[in-house]
Amino acid sequence: METLESILMEHPFFAGMKPEHLALVAGCAANVRFNAGEFIIREGGVANEFYLVRHGKVAIEIHVPQSGPVTIQTLGPGEILGWSWLITPYKWRFDGRAQELTRAVVLDGKCLREKLEKDHDLGYEFLKRFAQIVTERLESTRLQLLNVYEQH
Amino acid sequence: MFTNNTEVMAAALGPGPMVPAVFRVQRTKKETSDTFTMELLPEEGPQEFAFAPGQFNMLYAFGVGEVPISISGDPARRSVVVHTTRDVGPVTSALRRLKPGEGLGIRGPYGTGWPAAEARGADVVIAAGGIGLAPLRPVLYQILAARQHYGKVVLLYGTRTPADILFRRELEQWRSRFDLEVCVTVDRAVGSWAGMVGVVTKLIPRAPFDPHSTIAMICGPEVMMRFTVQELEGRGVATENIYVSLERNMKCAVSFCGHCQFGPAFVCKDGPVFRYDRIQPLMAVREV
Ligand SMILES: Cc1cc2nc3c(=O)[nH]c(=O)nc-3n(C[C@H](O)[C@H](O)[C@H](O)COP(=O)(O)OP(=O)(O)OC[C@H]3O[C@@H](n4cnc5c(N)ncnc54)[C@H](O)[C@@H]3O)c2cc1C
Repeated sequence: METLESILMEHPFFAGMKPEHLALVAGCAANVRFNAGEFIIREGGVANEFYLVRHGKVAIEIHVPQSGPVTIQTLGPGEILGWSWLITPYKWRFDGRAQELTRAVVLDGKCLREKLEKDHDLGYEFLKRFAQIVTERLESTRLQLLNVYEQH
Repeated sequence: MFTNNTEVMAAALGPGPMVPAVFRVQRTKKETSDTFTMELLPEEGPQEFAFAPGQFNMLYAFGVGEVPISISGDPARRSVVVHTTRDVGPVTSALRRLKPGEGLGIRGPYGTGWPAAEARGADVVIAAGGIGLAPLRPVLYQILAARQHYGKVVLLYGTRTPADILFRRELEQWRSRFDLEVCVTVDRAVGSWAGMVGVVTKLIPRAPFDPHSTIAMICGPEVMMRFTVQELEGRGVATENIYVSLERNMKCAVSFCGHCQFGPAFVCKDGPVFRYDRIQPLMAVREV
């Protein structure tokens, strides 16, 4: 049977994490599903969780007055939604909306923050992994800003 | 150093390399707000026009000037010459204004082609940015016509917004095939776009291909190609299996004038399609 631990182990975000750390993380995890169109996170809301996308597609949107939501990125299987749970003031900066039926694992950020404070080895593992994601997102954003499809 | 066995140096049409043959516009299709596809027929009556995917023609808008434009049509359809052009300046703008029946000059085809033959037996990744899908479309036609000879075939295409996507209807048809993986992504989207958003390089880590048995073909602006190569290398694709099309500007197209000289290479003769490991040292140089 698929346990939460085995699901976490197979997700690229947790690749190579020690089993004892995974067991600690699994204690804060649960399976969730969202229908197409459903908001998973809302800008300004309290960020007390993050999501490992398993199936489906999530749009990261910014609401622009008068013109509606602008999608700045989509996330698919193997990707992570949300790091605001790790950084004060723990507030979402964007909307995250399921574009199709989406299955994910939700991790309770409050529960995790406590564990990361107590176990700094686990904390460092998390920071390394999130630093990688933040770097990738920053690079993507730079390329989007550069408008790489235009000849310069 | 810059000759490779993918080169197909087809004989130039017409009496000499600098003399264009006259073609007439059969029809023009608007692709996006600034990009159009022209189908051209020789004035002298039906004639076969053979080319290797990746090659370009010099298009002469009479009285205005001459520009290199890649051939974007199906290499199996030899009766018609197809070009997809973005209106960016005087010559491309004059080409856009041509009406059905009006004429222009063509010299070509020139340059090297994509390595469709070398890719047989391997997976193929075709990565295009913006107008860069036009020079790659012929090789996709060629591969799909002999689909059984290739492994997985993946098309990754990125544009600025959904309105900049070329060949929409064909992309939809390709996407519905079971033997072709098509991923289209845009930098930003509003409204009804339900596809992917993010730069094209982001598609590479999860695209289904075996990096150790893959030939990659990339066309787009140089920055996009550089970052795409980095991601491919990150997945383990060797640089000798990566090909890029360098579209530095040129004048004569037959290596007389030196306008398109790129270090020791001439884009018009040794390119535009180069194997990445051969051009890499030059691409790293900021001004050549
Ligand atoms: C081998 C090759 C294949 C090409 N294939 C295509 C194609 O299939 N479709 C297409 O739309 N264009 C293609 N181009 C680019 C095309 O040749 C130029 O856009 C055209 O020459 C512009 O001429 P113009 O008189 O309209 O504008 P210009 O006034 O000459 O140029 C307008 C602006 O575009 C810039 N520019 C011109 N040429 C280039 C270039 N090669 N690279 C980057 N910036 C440039 C100029 O610096 C200027 O800012 C190709 C170029 C090459 C070398």
